[in-house]
Amino acid sequence: MIVEIGHFALILALLVALVQGTLPLLGASLRSRPLMDLASSAALLQFGLVAFAFAVFMHAHIVSDFSVRNVFENSNTAKPMLYKVTGVWGSHEGSMMLWVLMLTLFGGLVAVLGRSLPPTLRARTLAIQGLLGFGTLAFIIGTSNPFARLIPAPLEGRDLNPLLQDPGLAFHPPFLYFGYVGFSITYSFAVAALIEGRIGAAWARWVRPWTLTAWCGLTIGIAMGSWWAYYDLGWGGWWYWDPVENASFMPWLLGTALLHSAAVVEKRETLQRWTVLLAILTFGMSLIGTFLVRSGVLTSVHSFAVDPTRGVFILVLVALVIGAGLVLYAFRAAGLETGNPFAPVSREGALVLNNLLICAGMATVFLGTFYPLFAEVTSGAKLSVGPQFFDATFVPILAPAIVAMVIAPVLAWRRGNLRAALHRLLPALLGALLAPAAVLAFHRAAPPAALAGIALAAWAMLGVLADLADRSGLAKQPLGTAWRRLRHLPRGTWGYTIAHFGIGVLIAGIVVSSAWRSERIETVHAGDRLEIAGRTLRFVGVTEADVANYHAQRAEIVVERPGSEPLTLYPERRWYPVAGSQTTNTAIATNGFGDLYLALGDPDGHGGWVLRAYYNPLVPWIWFGAILAALGGLVSLTDRRLRVRLPAARVSPATVPAGSADS
Amino acid sequence: MVRRLLFATALLTAIWVPAAHAVEPSERLADPALEARARALSEELRCLVCQNQSLDESNADLAHDLRVLLRQRLLAGDSDQQVLDYLVARYGQFVLLDPPFEPATYLLWLGPPLLVGGAGIVLALRARRRRAGGAPPALTQDERARAAALLGEGV
Repeated sequence: MIVEIGHFALILALLVALVQGTLPLLGASLRSRPLMDLASSAALLQFGLVAFAFAVFMHAHIVSDFSVRNVFENSNTAKPMLYKVTGVWGSHEGSMMLWVLMLTLFGGLVAVLGRSLPPTLRARTLAIQGLLGFGTLAFIIGTSNPFARLIPAPLEGRDLNPLLQDPGLAFHPPFLYFGYVGFSITYSFAVAALIEGRIGAAWARWVRPWTLTAWCGLTIGIAMGSWWAYYDLGWGGWWYWDPVENASFMPWLLGTALLHSAAVVEKRETLQRWTVLLAILTFGMSLIGTFLVRSGVLTSVHSFAVDPTRGVFILVLVALVIGAGLVLYAFRAAGLETGNPFAPVSREGALVLNNLLICAGMATVFLGTFYPLFAEVTSGAKLSVGPQFFDATFVPILAPAIVAMVIAPVLAWRRGNLRAALHRLLPALLGALLAPAAVLAFHRAAPPAALAGIALAAWAMLGVLADLADRSGLAKQPLGTAWRRLRHLPRGTWGYTIAHFGIGVLIAGIVVSSAWRSERIETVHAGDRLEIAGRTLRFVGVTEADVANYHAQRAEIVVERPGSEPLTLYPERRWYPVAGSQTTNTAIATNGFGDLYLALGDPDGHGGWVLRAYYNPLVPWIWFGAILAALGGLVSLTDRRLRVRLPAARVSPATVPAGSADS
Repeated sequence: MVRRLLFATALLTAIWVPAAHAVEPSERLADPALEARARALSEELRCLVCQNQSLDESNADLAHDLRVLLRQRLLAGDSDQQVLDYLVARYGQFVLLDPPFEPATYLLWLGPPLLVGGAGIVLALRARRRRAGGAPPALTQDERARAAALLGEGV
């Protein structure tokens, strides 16, 4: 019964979305206030209905209601409660539910937080968001119904893919989708601006924080996914340029470009056209990513052709959303540009350069991702595009963007002085030369690409520090003054500092872990010893046990290192009988500067086990860097909040009740 | 492959993939130089039955067989290119993760430089348009010739 109510709520949400997507648009062009105001109520109602349906779906998973087909296919009574909850988005239907939940959440947030927006802009933005919701809900109800029943109900479910029964992957989708779908709101803002035919101050002020919010979520989501891949898959890789990874990376790249061009719109009232185009394309990439992942086109063109319902539906949706956006853009964009002039060498100029490089990098990823598909469709040739292609093309395109990333914030708006900027960055320049030289002194055989990478990482990290020191007047002022100045720097400046420093940390992690990784793969017997990276691994043996819904083979390995306490690690293999599959649970010991990474392989049948041991120097920095980047984004967001709200607070100095603080 | 398949929780529906494991100790060649070449080669070759995984990372039976096969070729004295050619002859271009530069991949390999070139042209046009907009009206043919003459003398 409750399942049917959930299903009903979903259908009702579809109807509400239709109302939200049409009447307010009409109202905005007729200047009818009641019709426009409908948008906010509808957005909140739509969110409420979808949230209710989502809760019902989650409830079915929690109580293991196997009369619901999706629960039967993806759950099991023996599954731990955590994974009963997170298993909700472990299936196609569930992840689409999460998608639409995020979509309506963002619509609801604009309805609540956007009361200060001009009424027509707000109505139109929410209407576009409503249309997006209508498309997604129609897709779910039409092709991927999560509430489909299975009569008679089976007694036991098939269990969730064991690879998903992992904390890293359990929380990765909500962040990822928060980001992915969060870009829908910038799309809606962009299309609304195109309909309005103008970009006012409110638009410029609003787009950046929303972009930033979505971008932070996507950054964390991608980092979590890569971290999961790293510890879960048993060979220590963390990125493979796989289509599914690229699907999330492409919107991230465009989102990064959008973030920076939106800042130019806000501060300098120029680049409006470019920003609107980026906003459309960023969400377009999110949708294309969804298509890539959801349609089965990845596996092969043929598997797509076998059951094309879902794929074709999403493809039509993608074409409509991107097509409508671009057609509107073609007709209306010219009027948006105010075109405040700036010199090629200026902060705007550097941001434009970086935007173009990031877009070229994104297009390269796009080309590499879709090329096999393109080749197969056009000439029937089956070919592969592996990581080698992306390493050879994407990295050289983005490297100059990293160089410019350090220079841009030091340049003045409108007209900058490159020589003065480089002078201010002198410490970073020296560091970028000295760091690889120092590495070369210790490792004569260091590959040139790794040395270049180290130079780049040093340049990025020291560059922001040099700029920070400069802004605080550390070199010229007494320490107390400098400290006070530092404390009073705007949050936005801190945000940029933290995020850009994080990018430097990330690059250092990538370069060092790829260039100086060590590996031992051996068959070991109880009592055997193995040397790796100055550590001795003593293999004690393997014990077996039945735990929850799996059978575990657990190895005990004592790690000894001269001058430190011995450490015991337990890499595991798990057998999930219901799902019929085997997973590896690696054991990782980290000190923040490097990981000792152990994975247990197959037994050889004579008491020996394959043990894979890796030492990955600086690999944790990859995720530290990503976390710093997201943190920088969050810090910047707090700045925006203060600046947007302060004038409002001045208007009504009376104490505001907590509940209305976010209006 | 697994990670890629599942990265976005995407294909999560009922796809079952074995835990990924790379090269096995039993496959290894005694000669370290030859083994190093074998490892490098196996990173460039695709496990044909996997979603998107190199021979080096896959634990599929076919990947194991191919790892052994390519080592046999190396022992028999093949060069790296000969091993690759041998596998392409048997399994087609699909086996190469690093696509070679040939007519079918011209667009792939030339795309990125063209994109960067395009971005460069956009920047250059922007800069020129700006300069043109801000500068006084363009010089006539005569004036330009005189200016060139004057500048030529100045050097």
